[in-house]
Amino acid sequence: MAGRLVLIVVVAVLVVVPVWLPKYALEVLISVLFFGYLGSCWNILGGYGGQFSFGHAAFFGIGAYTSTLLFLHLGLTPWIGMLAGGALAAAFGLFAGYLSFRYGLRGPYFSLVTLAFAEMLRVVAVNWKAVGSSLGLVVPNRGSAPALFLFAEKLPYYYVILGLALAALAITRLIERSRMGYALAAIRENEDAAEAAGVDALSTKLAAMAISSFLTALGGTFYAQYFAYIDPSLTFGPAISIGGLLPAIVGGAGTVAGPLLGSFVLTPISELTRALLRGRAGADIMLYGLILIFVISFLPNGLVGWIRSRRSAAERPA
Amino acid sequence: MSAPAGRGLEIRGLTRRFGGLVAVSRFDLTVAPGEIVGLIGPNGAGKTTVFHLVAGYHAPSEGSIHFDGTSLVGLKPHAICRLGLARTFQLVQPFAGLTTLENVMVGAFNRAREVGEARRRAAEIVDFVGLGPRRDVPARHLTLPDRKRLEVARGLATEPRLLLLDEVMSGLNPTEIEAIIGLIRGIHARGVSLLIIEHVMRAILALSHRLVVLHHGEKIADGPPASVARDPLVVEAYLGETSEAAPR
Amino acid sequence: MTWLFLQAVVSGLLLGGVYGLVASGLSLIFGVLRIINFAHGAVMMLGMYASYWLFVLVGLDPYLSILVTGPLFFGLGMLIQRIVIEPNRAAAEHNQLLLTLGVALVFENLALVLWQGDFRTVRVSYSGASFLVADVLVEVPRLVAAGGAILIALALWGFLRTTDAGKAIRALSEEPEGARLVGIDVARIRGVAFGIGSACVAVAGALVTPFFYVAPDVGESFNIMAFVVVVLGGMGNFLGALVGGFIVGLAESLGAAFLPGSLKQLVVFGLFVIVLLLRPEGLFGARRGR
Repeated sequence: MAGRLVLIVVVAVLVVVPVWLPKYALEVLISVLFFGYLGSCWNILGGYGGQFSFGHAAFFGIGAYTSTLLFLHLGLTPWIGMLAGGALAAAFGLFAGYLSFRYGLRGPYFSLVTLAFAEMLRVVAVNWKAVGSSLGLVVPNRGSAPALFLFAEKLPYYYVILGLALAALAITRLIERSRMGYALAAIRENEDAAEAAGVDALSTKLAAMAISSFLTALGGTFYAQYFAYIDPSLTFGPAISIGGLLPAIVGGAGTVAGPLLGSFVLTPISELTRALLRGRAGADIMLYGLILIFVISFLPNGLVGWIRSRRSAAERPA
Repeated sequence: MSAPAGRGLEIRGLTRRFGGLVAVSRFDLTVAPGEIVGLIGPNGAGKTTVFHLVAGYHAPSEGSIHFDGTSLVGLKPHAICRLGLARTFQLVQPFAGLTTLENVMVGAFNRAREVGEARRRAAEIVDFVGLGPRRDVPARHLTLPDRKRLEVARGLATEPRLLLLDEVMSGLNPTEIEAIIGLIRGIHARGVSLLIIEHVMRAILALSHRLVVLHHGEKIADGPPASVARDPLVVEAYLGETSEAAPR
Repeated sequence: MTWLFLQAVVSGLLLGGVYGLVASGLSLIFGVLRIINFAHGAVMMLGMYASYWLFVLVGLDPYLSILVTGPLFFGLGMLIQRIVIEPNRAAAEHNQLLLTLGVALVFENLALVLWQGDFRTVRVSYSGASFLVADVLVEVPRLVAAGGAILIALALWGFLRTTDAGKAIRALSEEPEGARLVGIDVARIRGVAFGIGSACVAVAGALVTPFFYVAPDVGESFNIMAFVVVVLGGMGNFLGALVGGFIVGLAESLGAAFLPGSLKQLVVFGLFVIVLLLRPEGLFGARRGR
C-alpha cells in the first residue's frame, strides 16, 4: 500500500518537476534515466536470469546504427527505425544466446563470450566504411521535427527516456510475477534443478535475451537521436556495457527498482565528480570502481536488498 | 485410488561408459504403474548414474529407456519431466533464494498454465508434505529434513506418474526417517509410482514391492524384498560395506 | 607472399611469447582462486607505467627494472588479494568477477587521472635495433621480450615443480579440500598465487615497454588476449597458457598481415568464440563440468 503511494508520488514528480528544472539539472536527470533504463534492460537477463552479460553494448550499437542508417539513407523516421533496430538486436541476441546456451556456457564463460561478441561488432564497425568507420555517423538535427524523433529542446527527450524507463520497469514487473519470472528465478538459483522440475532453461534464457536485447537497442536509438552522433567506441564500447550493468548491481540485481535506484545514486556522483575535478578525466569511473567493490563486499544484494533487510530487521520482534 | 494408466518405466540393456570405466552394464529394469521399486547396492554401484541416465543428464552408451511407450533417450531433462517423470537429487538442490512455496511453484508450472493455478497446486503440495508452517521461509533457512521434504514436494508438484527418489533419507534420524516413510506411502496413495534409491535398509525393505540390486553396474538380483534380502549374491556384495547389513 | 607469411609468423611468435607470460599469470590465478581476473591487464598497465617512470626519473633500463617491479607487483598482488578478494571468497562467482572488474576500473582510471591519456614511449638505445634472418626482420626488443618471457615462464614452471610453495600452489589448484586437510595455509597460498600472477604480468609489461606505447588503456587489449589464450590453453593449465600464447600471437599476426585495418582482432575473437563453444576446457584442459 505504502509502496503504491511512493510509486505514484515518484512518477508524478518525475513527470511534473522537470518542466522547471534548469538545463544542466535536466541533462543530469536524462542521464540518470538513460542509465537506469539500460540497467533495467540488462537486469532482465542478468539480474533475473542470472546470466551476466558483459557485452550488452552489442545490442545498443545495433539499435543505434540501424535506426541511424535507415534514417540517413532511406529517410525512415527513427521512431520506426528504432523498432527495426530492436528486431535486429533481438535476432542477434537470439543468435549469440543460442550459441552460448546451447553449448552450455555459464557464469564467467558466458560473460567472456558476450564481451567478445560486443568487441567483434565494434571492430566490424570500425573497419566498415559504409557505416562510417571510426568517424561514425552524424544525425542531422536542424531543429524540431518530432515525427523524426528530433527535438530542439531537451525536455521532449526527457519525456521519451522517462517513458522508456517506466516501460522497462513495467515490463520487468510483469515478467517477475509471471510464469517466466519463476522460471528465470529457478534457472538463476540452480539451472540443473530447474530443468529437473520441468523448466525449459534454453527457451527461457533465450526469451529473456530477446526481450533484453530488443529493449537495449531502443536505448541505442535514443542515444543517437539525443546526442546526434554515434561511433563504434561510443556505442559498442565497454562504457555502455558497464554503464548498464553497474546501476543494476549497485541498486540491486533481480529487483524491479534496483537499476533505476542504482542510477539515481551513481549518475549524480559521476556528474558531481566530473564537475569538481574538471580536466581530470577518469575520476568518476574510478569512483564507480570503488563503489562497485564496496557494494559487492558489503551490500551484495544492492541497495534494494539492503533497504529490505533493514526493514525486515526493524519488523522482527526484539 | 485407481492405478495410474500407462506402461510405466521400461529400461533395456542400459549401458553407460565413462572413458574406460563401465558405470552401468546391460541393466534391465521395469517399474509398472502403481509399483514402488527399490534400487539398492553398495556405494559406487551405479545407482545414481541410472537416475542420471533416466532423467536425461547423461546419454546412454547403449540400451533403451521407455516411459509409457515413449523413448526418453536424447530428451532434455525438462522434456522428460513434462512426460511425467520427476526426480530428486542425492545432494538436495533447493532454490535457496526462493521461499518454500515459490520453490514448489516452479515445479507446479510443469502442468499449471498461470500463476494463480500454480500457487494453488503448490500450496496443496506444501501442506501435503508437512511444510505448511514454512511456506514463506526462504529455502536457505530450512533445516536438512525440511529441505528433503521440499525437494520431494517440488518433484511432486510437477504431477509425475513416476517419481525417482535418490537417497532421500540420508542424514536423517530415525524419527525423521519414519516420517519420510509415511510421506512416501502418502505419495504412492496419490497414484504415483516410485523408484527409490536408498541405503536405509529397513525403510526400503518396508516400502518396496520389489527390490533391484546393482553391483559394479550390473543387476545381481530383482524380486520381492524378502527373497532378495536372503539372496547369497546380495549378501556377499554387501559384505565389507559400512552401510546397514541386509538382515539375515 | 611467402615472405609476408614468414614475417607474420616471426612477429606472431615473438609477441606470442609475451602473451604466454601474461596468460600464465592469469592461468595461475584462475587455477588457485578459481576467478577470472579482470584486473590482470590493468596490473600490466601499471607495470608498464612503473617501468616508464623508473626509466624517466632514474634512468633505469626497462629490462633491469624487472628486478624492482617484479617484487613490487608481487606485493601489490598479494595486497589486492588480501583486501578485496579474500574477504569475498565465498561470494557468488559472478560477484567475484565483478570485484576484479571494479579493481580494473580503479586502476585504469587512477592511471588516467594521474598521468592523463597521452601515449608515452620508452626510447632506449636499442629500441630500433633489428637484424635480418633470411629477409625476415627481427626486432631486438621484441626478441628480448619473447626470450625474457619464456625464461620467466620456465622459471615459474620450475618454481611450481620444485619449491614447497610451488607444490602447495599446485596442490591447491588440483585438490582444494585435500590441500586444506594436509595443513597448507590456504589463505596465504592464495595471496602468493595472486602475487605471482601479478608479478608475471607486470614483468611482461616491463618487457614490452621498449616497443609498445604506454597509456592507461593499454592493458585492455592485453586483457582480452590473455582471456583468449587462457581459454585456448585451458584454465589453470600452465603449459597450455604458453602454447596458447604462441597460437594467439600467430593468429593475430597472420590476421594483421592478410586482413585490412584492425580486422585482425576479428580473427582472435573468432578463435575465442569458437574455442569457448566447442572446447571450453581448452586444448589442454581436462574436461570439467561447465
